[in-house]
Amino acid sequence: MKLNALVAALAIGFATAASAQNTGPVKIGFITDMSSLYADIDGPAGAEMIRWAVQDFGGKVLNRPVEVLTADHQNKADIASSKAREWIDKDGLSMLIGGTSSGTSLAMAKVTAEKKRPFIAIGAGSARLTNEDCTPYTVHYAYDTVALAKVAGTALVKAGNKSWYFLTADYAFGYSLESDASNVVKANGGTVAGAVRHPLNASDFSSFLLQAQSSKAQILALANAGGDFTNAMKAAKEFGITKTMKVAGLLVFINDVHSLGLTNTEGLQLADSWYWNQDDASRTFAKRFFAKYKRMPSSLQAADYSAASNYLKAVQTAGTTDADKVMSTLKSMKIDDFYNKGQIRADGRMIHDMYLYQVKSAKESTTPWDYYKTVARVPGEQAFTTVAESKCSLLKK
Amino acid sequence: MEIFGIPLQAFLGQLLLGLVNGAFYALLSLGLAVIFGLLGIVNFSHGALYMLGAFAAWIMLDQFGINYWFALVLAPLTVGLLGALIERLFLKRLYKLDPLYGLLLTFGLALIAEGIFRELYGVSGQNYDVPELLSGATNLGFMVLPNYRAWVVLVSLVVCMGTWYLIERTRLGAYLRAGTENAALVQAFGINVPLMVTLTYGAGAALAGLAGVLAAPIIQVNPLMGSNLIIVVFAVVVIGGMGSILGSILTGLGLGVVEGLTRVFYPEASSIVVFVIMVIVLMVRPAGLFGKEV
Repeated sequence: MKLNALVAALAIGFATAASAQNTGPVKIGFITDMSSLYADIDGPAGAEMIRWAVQDFGGKVLNRPVEVLTADHQNKADIASSKAREWIDKDGLSMLIGGTSSGTSLAMAKVTAEKKRPFIAIGAGSARLTNEDCTPYTVHYAYDTVALAKVAGTALVKAGNKSWYFLTADYAFGYSLESDASNVVKANGGTVAGAVRHPLNASDFSSFLLQAQSSKAQILALANAGGDFTNAMKAAKEFGITKTMKVAGLLVFINDVHSLGLTNTEGLQLADSWYWNQDDASRTFAKRFFAKYKRMPSSLQAADYSAASNYLKAVQTAGTTDADKVMSTLKSMKIDDFYNKGQIRADGRMIHDMYLYQVKSAKESTTPWDYYKTVARVPGEQAFTTVAESKCSLLKK
Repeated sequence: MEIFGIPLQAFLGQLLLGLVNGAFYALLSLGLAVIFGLLGIVNFSHGALYMLGAFAAWIMLDQFGINYWFALVLAPLTVGLLGALIERLFLKRLYKLDPLYGLLLTFGLALIAEGIFRELYGVSGQNYDVPELLSGATNLGFMVLPNYRAWVVLVSLVVCMGTWYLIERTRLGAYLRAGTENAALVQAFGINVPLMVTLTYGAGAALAGLAGVLAAPIIQVNPLMGSNLIIVVFAVVVIGGMGSILGSILTGLGLGVVEGLTRVFYPEASSIVVFVIMVIVLMVRPAGLFGKEV
């Protein structure tokens, strides 16, 4: 009798869980680095941006409340994928947004493809997400390693910096960035003198830098990010590397520039998808962010907001949270907001303009966080992997 | 001339850089060794104290305009006082219990300190410039060594040897060592053992704080800087022999060099080489290279 009651209770439980998919809250998940080296460029503030997007949308879509779930993956792929699996299986998650660190996003893309849920990767850089490892459910929203390499790399090689040496973070993102940038350098007639790989969160960069210096290359390319980038940059200055080589940060966020200060970064050229001071709409968003966090938003945090609000628009238009229908709506609609204007391609790559910025000198910077001047605006078709270059089967019809 | 396929000049340069990093390991593992050797506490908040030292220096400069040279004294003093407070408030109650409790408590304190600073300052890190007097670099022929790094090695060696002398060769050191062997007996001779223990923990904490100040101009001052380093430093202490003062100094310097050379020959292994050595040492000499077998 007891057993029967238990089975009945379980059955009812399952029934309500299943129906919750269509009537209960629409759940958006966000898994990122909340506490370690990438937490400032995305992290808790990124989560808040997704909540803002939901609030600004009215808190509801298709007459269902929208809930945002967040988790810290601690830069570990296994934590990211098991959390994604748990949310989809137990909480009836509708869509997942992936934060920083490529290894974690590649793992989450596998889970969401298997479970058929839209997955929007934002903080992760590896272009594999929409190339070799593309899936029908992945969208790569903000930037990728190919775009960084093409935008920053091409400009530098064309300015006469022909020989390159890479200092690369020893994980998925670093490899992608190094190989994509090497391709760009070679395609433009440059050479790669060598590369050295350092562990993530390295404590000291002096040995690596000394090796780089003995290569006699013109460009020291830092294929790393966050704290690794700032510490490498600082040591490069200390050891006088910056006198003999030009340092190129391949992935630099405004938080890094702020952290190092303009005296340490003046003249640095970098590629990014968005800068808070680029137009009025961006400044409005940035001011609102500043009021809460006392710093300016990174491009990732702007993209978090944009991605969440465009997903909600797509759900509204499609009239359902069904993954296939939402994905086809997402890929057919125009994306046009303060963050960027563009379109999501069949492989999931959001094609939008990228920018080449140069860090201002302390003299040129007139207001707080006034750090960049725009050197070039590169059209999306030139910045990202072209259809001809792509190995993604979704593009070949 | 070449050594193992790399030019002699580059080899010497890497050797020297290894020594610079070793100087930090030595200073940090020394503090740990003092605390463990004399108090029997596995001080997992050592990395956090190191971070606090760096932040203290940065806050002094940023908020109060106190320059590096004053911070070099004031920041370790502040961290030392905090250490003494921790000992008086918490650790004092744990001496009768299993060492595991001290480990858990200090680990918890470290997490709290890191969490607070992460909340206040974020993880991007704060920039602390090299003091004017030590900026610039010297060309040694085989490499260009920033003057500040040479200064770090110098300070570390002087402080390490001074601490060793204090504990192993002076009357105060003798009291300390006796106090840890048999507190009741030393107390009977009229020596205030609890005060001595508090000061010892404070001194260990101050050493961590000093390492933090020394590191501030080299790396970005960041709430996570301690946790990145502490595990390696623990491995150094284990290899040197838990509680051995001289062992921790020599092992710290030696492992810095080994790690530096690994960065040249097989960079990918540089973050684990210390642990590989730890495993080997534990298999051959379980008490560590300089530890006494019990």
